[in-house]
Amino acid sequence: MNTATFLDLVRGPLFYWALMIMIAGILWRLSGLIYFRIKSRAAKPKCDDPVVAGLRTVALRSVPPHELVKNITFLLLTCYAWHIGWFATFLFFGAHLPLFKSVLGFVWPALPNSVVLVLAAMTLGILITLWIRRFYNPVLRLISNFDDHLSVFLVIAPLITGIAAFGHWSPFGMRYEGILAVHILSVELLMIWMPFGKIFHVVTSLIVRFRTGAAFSRRGVRA
Amino acid sequence: MDAPLVADYLRMRGVSRRGFLKFCASTASLMALPPMMIPQIARALETARRPSVIWLPFQECTGCTESITRAHGSTIEQLIFEAISLDYQHTLMAAAGEQSDDALHEAMKLNHGKYLLAVDGSIPLGNPGYSTISGISNIDMLQEAAAGAMAIVAIGSCAAFGGIPKANPNPTGAVSVADIIKDKPIVNISGCPPIPIVITGVLAQILTFGLAGLELDHLGRPKVFYGQSIHDRCYRRPFYERGQFAESFDDEGAKKGWCLYKLGCKGPTTYNACATVKWNNGTSFPIEAGHGCIGCAEPDFWDKGGFYNALSATEWGTPADVAIAGGAGIALGAVAGALARKHQNDAKATPETKP
Repeated sequence: MNTATFLDLVRGPLFYWALMIMIAGILWRLSGLIYFRIKSRAAKPKCDDPVVAGLRTVALRSVPPHELVKNITFLLLTCYAWHIGWFATFLFFGAHLPLFKSVLGFVWPALPNSVVLVLAAMTLGILITLWIRRFYNPVLRLISNFDDHLSVFLVIAPLITGIAAFGHWSPFGMRYEGILAVHILSVELLMIWMPFGKIFHVVTSLIVRFRTGAAFSRRGVRA
Repeated sequence: MDAPLVADYLRMRGVSRRGFLKFCASTASLMALPPMMIPQIARALETARRPSVIWLPFQECTGCTESITRAHGSTIEQLIFEAISLDYQHTLMAAAGEQSDDALHEAMKLNHGKYLLAVDGSIPLGNPGYSTISGISNIDMLQEAAAGAMAIVAIGSCAAFGGIPKANPNPTGAVSVADIIKDKPIVNISGCPPIPIVITGVLAQILTFGLAGLELDHLGRPKVFYGQSIHDRCYRRPFYERGQFAESFDDEGAKKGWCLYKLGCKGPTTYNACATVKWNNGTSFPIEAGHGCIGCAEPDFWDKGGFYNALSATEWGTPADVAIAGGAGIALGAVAGALARKHQNDAKATPETKP
């Protein structure tokens, strides 16, 4: 197989299956959560409105708790920065938009390449630094498992390969179609892994925060 | 009798020494050779015998022949065609019927082991009757002519890779020259059609330095012409770098000459010299005329998912496929949920786990 047929493979059948696995996986995980037995609540809620409490928890957990402001604010800001940078690169890079148009049928304006490249480089730098930190920080090293490392790798890989594809770099003498194919493949691996690893928090994080806040509020606890 | 020297032939045709050296300089420039190679080209051409070239057209549209003959004025293309002895090309030759067959066989016999075989068009492996010349199937004629050839030049994407006849569902079982001939050196000059100057440049290279100096890429194409992608040399490349893309063929971006990537341009994955030597005597090339590259110099370009689909667009199936995948996911989740509930019920029913 040469690089051109490899590109055909990743643009065609592999993307198709990655998309189908991602959709099936997300709905599998979500419907599994919905079907999960939840204890019936006989007691009267100890708050006025669990929905408001849930929304409040969503908001509160998006900022550092005041007890930890000094300790984690910088970390939290870097995390916000790379999340925003990653999604801006993914959603607003001009060459990505034909992908969304082919799947969704509509598209939105792109950001200038100069902006996206800066965001992508910043995101990549932060992610690599945080990953290294995960290895060197004793606590993080202890609590990190295969899922963590694979998830971080799969989030970083599309950035590295994407920057290489944009720059028409030729690692190992690879032609453009080869590096483009590797880039698309890295995204497909992320799509396949997303419903099954910790990256699934993309779907569940807000839902879980809301539910935790609502459930705790019923018992009179502020989450 | 030996064929006349190329230099003598050109002199006979009224080409001056100055004109000849200009041709050598152009050839060196075309092949990206340093100026110090010009005397070597001149010496090689002066002492070379006019090589016999037999051109066999198989399953083709004559576009490659049209390309080579549509050059205007006194060009390198014409000069190089003066420098070879084109002994058989049934579209261009005056002879027809048995006379042309005789010319073919005579050229093959007289120049056995020394002639250059040029092929355009693919070869059908299905019914031999799909494409014949004088009742002889293409594959038989190719194998017979290839046996006595010094080397083969596959001209056009059909001869090089199967081309349009090989496009899905490939009704004739079309294949390329390299799929059949394994024991001769083959140089592929792909394109639909190839650029005339590329055809003649390769012939000039073989004429002056033989096959040894011809560096080929992994698809058997001369790197001197196929070493860089069209995107790499495209004058619209700066717009790509800045993310300025035409969204349709008549929008402001198109009018300003922005990059055609989103309109399906295959320049980034197509390796040819269109952006540098251009067409129609260096006038322009498709992207300069406002249309994206269709990637015609690459294998299976007809089956790459649509000329107007951007390279970053993918084939993702249909909404029905998504619905099936979603349904399967929900069903799996339901089963997983039911099993979890059963597990909870079983746990409740077990005395030691009761609260």
